[in-house]
Amino acid sequence: MQPIISRFLLVVAAVILLAACSGGETNVASGNRLGILHFGNGSEPQGLDPHVVTGVPENKIIRALFEGLAVKNPYTLEPEPGVAQSWDISEDGRVITFHINPEAKWSNGDPMRASDYVWSWQRLLSPALGGEYAYMLYPLANAQAFHKGEITDFNEVGVKALDDHTLQVTLDERTPYFIQLMDHYSTFAVHPPTIEKFGKATDRYTPWTRVENIVSNGAFRLKKWELNRRIELEKSDTYWDRDKVRLNGIIYYPTENVVSEERMFRVGQLHYTNSVPLGKIPVYKEMPDSPYMQEPYLGTYYYLLNTLVPPTDNLNVRKALSMAVDRDKLNATVLKGTNISAYSITPPDTLGYYPPRLFSYDPERARALLAEAGYPDGKGWPGLELTYNTSEDHRKIAVALQQMWKDVLNIEVTLTNQEWKVYLDSITNMHFQIARRGWIGDYVDPNNFLDLFLTGGGNNNTGFADPRYDEMILKKAPRAVTKEERFAVFHEAETLLMEQMPIIPVYTYTSKHLIHPSVQGLPPNLMDSLNLKYVWLEDIEQATETDD
Amino acid sequence: MLRFITLRLLQAIPVILVVITVTFFLVRIAPGGPFDSEKPVTREVKAALEAQYKLDLPLFQQYTSYLGDLAQGDLGPSFKYPGRSVNELIAAGFPVTAELGFYALLVAVGIGGLAGVIAALKPNTAQDYIPMSLAMIGICMPSFLLGPLLVLVFGIHLDWLPVSGWGDIPGDKILPSITLGAGYAAYIARLGRAGMLEVLSQDYIRTARAKGLPEWQVVLKHSLRGGLIPVVAFLGPAFAGLLAGSFVVETIFQIPGLGRFYVQAAFNRDYTMILGTTVFLSVLIVLFNLLSDVLAAWMNPRLRAQFGH
Repeated sequence: MQPIISRFLLVVAAVILLAACSGGETNVASGNRLGILHFGNGSEPQGLDPHVVTGVPENKIIRALFEGLAVKNPYTLEPEPGVAQSWDISEDGRVITFHINPEAKWSNGDPMRASDYVWSWQRLLSPALGGEYAYMLYPLANAQAFHKGEITDFNEVGVKALDDHTLQVTLDERTPYFIQLMDHYSTFAVHPPTIEKFGKATDRYTPWTRVENIVSNGAFRLKKWELNRRIELEKSDTYWDRDKVRLNGIIYYPTENVVSEERMFRVGQLHYTNSVPLGKIPVYKEMPDSPYMQEPYLGTYYYLLNTLVPPTDNLNVRKALSMAVDRDKLNATVLKGTNISAYSITPPDTLGYYPPRLFSYDPERARALLAEAGYPDGKGWPGLELTYNTSEDHRKIAVALQQMWKDVLNIEVTLTNQEWKVYLDSITNMHFQIARRGWIGDYVDPNNFLDLFLTGGGNNNTGFADPRYDEMILKKAPRAVTKEERFAVFHEAETLLMEQMPIIPVYTYTSKHLIHPSVQGLPPNLMDSLNLKYVWLEDIEQATETDD
Repeated sequence: MLRFITLRLLQAIPVILVVITVTFFLVRIAPGGPFDSEKPVTREVKAALEAQYKLDLPLFQQYTSYLGDLAQGDLGPSFKYPGRSVNELIAAGFPVTAELGFYALLVAVGIGGLAGVIAALKPNTAQDYIPMSLAMIGICMPSFLLGPLLVLVFGIHLDWLPVSGWGDIPGDKILPSITLGAGYAAYIARLGRAGMLEVLSQDYIRTARAKGLPEWQVVLKHSLRGGLIPVVAFLGPAFAGLLAGSFVVETIFQIPGLGRFYVQAAFNRDYTMILGTTVFLSVLIVLFNLLSDVLAAWMNPRLRAQFGH
């Protein structure tokens, strides 16, 4: 009996030890008291150099640390003054003059100058840097040529500092979304002396973004960076609009595992989650005063169809496949009602633009088209392989589509999953018949989706090529003077695209977050764009402790 | 003894060289490269990136240059985290993983050893079956199941312990250590039971009992050291396994350890990071195996006699 008693004592001791560790204030409670936002940020950022890194978690930190010439109003997504207090646009839309706010300062107290932008943009466009977002500045005259090494004199590129506070930009063509691009982190200015202190401007591999070295110009500045653990920002006292900043700090957590992240939220360790596990969404949706926020997001989930290999080289096959997909059913079942059925590439209401809708779920028509293609009731079907990158969610969608095609068209489709980099290799080299794809917009404009399908474009991946389409996107749209005219061109181009059906649009993404009710000033928008400068925390007693 | 250690260390060099060579060429055979991304970069950008990381050199030259840097202790820059060196990433992640592994080992030895001894004392009774059945469950239950279960019970329903983190909130190290240690505790319980059973049937134990020593003295003073030799022999590989296998636990509990970097590096084709962590972990595994051999020798007089000469 003695061992049983001793085991019992052990358990009691363990319980006491465990109980002793509990209690204490949650992050959310202390955050509300101190004005610190605890933010689930998805993953550890690659780095904080705006010209070098790419990715959403990076974006969310960099846009709090730095500020562009113009920023997006989080409510309307319209540009509003950032480092530039105003700008003038010439009649033909090709010359933009930014007037830099004399109060705008770097975090070390240096004033911000127009020349900082010239230096920074030269850095981004220098081929040696290998900046993956350099194309953001391609609307500038000669920028593309400089980036490709065709010209080497940066003075020929369309950006000039007229004086310390005036930056003049010359564009190749009218680019209505150019001001928006100024809020993309790749176009932000960096502090030239800081970068030069640690190496050449084009070195990717220097420690200038470390806590002890970094100089930034945004509403917050870097306070602490513990790898894979947390990144802490504090309110900047040199920021020109500091009186409006209400948070005292932000702590970002790398939360790769969505399930763990949701648990952190539940026990009050986070104010804001990067994502929500699909299985938990129905539970959260039913909660009174639910912290679950879902909004349309500027992104499309679709399948690429390889138009160069049989049987998807046949237009009727492509149309039949697309029409046989019951998107509403998919959304209601597999996706648990979290997304929006899509019938074209551009998400609806992209700054007031609505894409054409050329087809619906139509089993009859799909069967007829397949028969026209030479496979009546699936007879003689050569088989088809669908490739997706390994992920449980992608698999579920692929399985659902596989079944729909079987039910409606009586054809066999096999599924192949590939590890991410293998999958990227496959789609880049067109080694697939059907492949999953997603595209998230970098700026709110139909152009950001439609230029994917330019002939030979790096993200085309379908073999679709039509000179009329290229002409419309590259020539007609930029020359359109009014927004209506321009959107009409896009509509025509997108109609042309969808008539050829090089893709099967599946759904428009939604952004999904859990947001604690104490968080204020964080309006939902199509870009899932945050401006943490406007956020504040209201100390709300959390009356409803959640438990399931 | 010293000769034995030196010899073993010398033997390790070709082993590690083979590990480096195989890893170096294997990661490059895998489709996709470090700079492939969903938004493909232009040819110019890719060339510039490759030049910055010397990937434009012939493969064999890259290999020799890597070995040269490695000889000086330089594991190179990470491809995924610009501005960070692999040395730095390992230095940041390893202490955390080592600490987690250490606590997990304590859990494993504490619970496993105790269970093994208890079971061995009354073989084929309930006192044996219960801990051994629990051990079987422990071996079968993967950490990705046990971790969330523990979190659900102790973190969410009872609200006793933090659900994630490492060293941020008091008590946040308890659940990950138990989760990681549990599977090993089960192994140790079985090893300990077998070892103890063998020792308890030896003549000298019968002698000790015949002398009229109380049972606890027989167990603690006379049997434990001999009975736990198989456990100690297992500790080296176990600790190495804990370090290399902590990825799942680190992900569940958001722990900033090396395991997360290691697995992410493979997904990202972060060549230098994959190589760096592999080399680092191989060296550790070699060292821990050596250490456990030395420890086992110390505990086993017969082996010790062999090393003495």
